[in-house]
Amino acid sequence: MATERTRLIGGRLIDPSQGIDDLADVVIGSGRVLEIVRGTERSRRTAVASGERMVDVTGMVIAPGFVDLHCHLREPGFEDKETIATGTRAAAAGGFTTVCAMPNTSPTIDTASDVEWVISAARRGGVVRVHPIGTITRGEKGQELSEMADMAQAGAVAFSDDGNMVKSARLMRNALAYSRVTGRPIVDHAEDPDLVDGGVMHDGRVASILGLRGSPAEAEEVAVARDIALARATGGKLHIAHASTAAAVDLIRQGKARGISVTAEVTPHHLVLTDEWIAGTSAGHPPFNTNCRVNPPLRTDADRMALIAGLLDGTIDCIATDHAPHTVVDKDCEFDQAAPGLSMLETAFGLLMRLVDGEHLSLATLIKVLTINPAQVFGLDAGTLRVGANADLVVIDPGAEWTVDVRKFQSKGKNSPLHGERFRGLVRTTMVGGEVVHEVPQ
Amino acid sequence: MTATEHRPAANLEQARADRVTPVWKGRRHILDLDDWSPGEIAQVMDTALTMKSILARPIKKTPTLRGKTIVTAFYESSTRTRISFEVAAKYLGADAVNMTASASSVSKGESLLDTVRTLQAIGADIVVMRHPQSGAPWVVSERVNSSIVNGGDGWHAHPTQALLDLFTIRERLGRVAGLKVTILGDVLHSRVARSDIWGLSLLGADVTVCGPPTLLPRDWVTDPGGLPWKLRVEERIEPALEGADVVMALRLQRERMHAGLIPSIREYCRLYALNADRLKLAKTDALVMHPGPMNEGVEISPDVAHGAQSVIEEQVTNGVAIRMALLYLLSGGTARPDGE
Ligand SMILES: [Zn+2]
Repeated sequence: MATERTRLIGGRLIDPSQGIDDLADVVIGSGRVLEIVRGTERSRRTAVASGERMVDVTGMVIAPGFVDLHCHLREPGFEDKETIATGTRAAAAGGFTTVCAMPNTSPTIDTASDVEWVISAARRGGVVRVHPIGTITRGEKGQELSEMADMAQAGAVAFSDDGNMVKSARLMRNALAYSRVTGRPIVDHAEDPDLVDGGVMHDGRVASILGLRGSPAEAEEVAVARDIALARATGGKLHIAHASTAAAVDLIRQGKARGISVTAEVTPHHLVLTDEWIAGTSAGHPPFNTNCRVNPPLRTDADRMALIAGLLDGTIDCIATDHAPHTVVDKDCEFDQAAPGLSMLETAFGLLMRLVDGEHLSLATLIKVLTINPAQVFGLDAGTLRVGANADLVVIDPGAEWTVDVRKFQSKGKNSPLHGERFRGLVRTTMVGGEVVHEVPQ
Repeated sequence: MTATEHRPAANLEQARADRVTPVWKGRRHILDLDDWSPGEIAQVMDTALTMKSILARPIKKTPTLRGKTIVTAFYESSTRTRISFEVAAKYLGADAVNMTASASSVSKGESLLDTVRTLQAIGADIVVMRHPQSGAPWVVSERVNSSIVNGGDGWHAHPTQALLDLFTIRERLGRVAGLKVTILGDVLHSRVARSDIWGLSLLGADVTVCGPPTLLPRDWVTDPGGLPWKLRVEERIEPALEGADVVMALRLQRERMHAGLIPSIREYCRLYALNADRLKLAKTDALVMHPGPMNEGVEISPDVAHGAQSVIEEQVTNGVAIRMALLYLLSGGTARPDGE
């Protein structure tokens, strides 16, 4: 049987994994990339001649599907907040074709069979590729190590007690040493709880005016410093989740310069928003907006600029959403009581385009830190459109303007401070294995 | 309220520019002073002056707010503030209802949203709210038809206390602009300090805050230039008191010692208590204020608390007048306040 081939023609292909930023046809079939044809003058005739299905994407950008190393799909246990089905539909709508699911579910993902359960549930109900992350310690209790080698064999791509720091330095050291066996990174929720001390937003000017308990930047700095020291001592693989402070960026930069195995991610919200959003003076939101409560907290503009600089010089490897859906009840309350986290998968790209429009980064760099870079951090077979790779791709309309409407989110989590924000840059089509999993009609 | 009704003034200059129109804006809620103009504050103080004359009468009751229901919803005990509001409501002829919510029942929004539903159901005209968490009155104000008066939220704001402090200062010293006002003690956890700073700054006073480094917001020490107000910050009490026209001592909670913020009450007293010797550093007739309740012998010595310069009792009386003025203005303020 002849393979059905589809040819995306007329688009600008940006694939940083191959160093391509050029007009090119992308030919896909059997779920894979079959051919990349640079220069497109004769492509229509080629398509007609070979009987290919033609999709005209003139004016659009084609890129590898985005890879998210850090999201919360909430299943099992918190299906009122999100399920693998709704979370992966949200991912598809945001242009993500591969997501890694954090293990702080109920039960937590801390055995091989838990990992297998997530994989099979994702196969049944998911529309994008889902890779489970296992816990570092059993039940995220910080007392005994989980069976990380078993979980790695079952398909866990990394280990994290996300939501909690591994408080015991000794246990963290052992986890990092053990990562030499699994080959999988230890993902660090770096936030010293003693220093956080119940803080609910960044400890700074805005918190001091609003009278909210502050969570200081040094809570992150101290944790990152400790864990980089432990990574050096053990030779283990350390990945810093959601870096949020200028000091953390400096420590990671120094660690990399010394050859320590440390990688890092930053979230879209820490790159664009600041603690001012909680005061409500920016963007016309009311004060004490619980949708801006997130861990680690939104920081200052100086931190934000340091994070952008870190992304540009490679100190920070990639962007991860930390998509954290919550129900209305979790957020419709006092600021101190609100569950931390925001629903990010569907707004990540639009929000990040503000950095492109502000000329902080190029579109090609943005795509790089959303695709091949995160794939390399966790060693995933994703984030590229080289010939033979999975046909996981996005078609982006870089000029399209749209307004965020949380009511239209695929995610159950409507907890976004970005409701009503105007964005430029829209994910039109998302394909996983050559199948369209999300499409916005023109 | 709509999302845009309460909008803190972007800066003090802008707020001060409003002074050309000294009119009560007909606002629906009293949440914080951060979006007020000096003219509006002056008008509340002028109204309170009339109210104070009612307080001086042998029979204090007027029918001005007859038929109005005023609910005090207190999630944190504060007999003083609650009674002050209830008395103010009763003197104006309103029905005052007290809703006590135990702090133990406060869990993830449930209790607060229950309150909202209850208040809607009973049709309260004005709700005075005290809540241990900063911002709680905002959550409620966005969901009810009643007017919300913030009777103190977390560490954040206590606007009626600030107004009564301003009123007391103006009454005693004839003005607020240009005065040197020093606020002493646990500024970090003080909603009174924050609202006083807004009010005093709006009216043009020079504010100094003073306390141990662990009880001051640290960015106020490291980067006072970034604040919306012009503040002097002192970690030692002597320079803070020098030449002050007004000295306000704040209550020190004993928990601060257990939280590791100060080594001991004894040491705090030795370094920061307002006593007679230290008060001599301020102007001869400097006013001594305290929002109450006081820990005499901790943040303030008894002789100073009850001395000739103290206006602490006066603050309590003025509190009733200010709250009468606010309830009156919130209710539309159409009838003459004395009911004649
Ligand atoms: Zn985390």
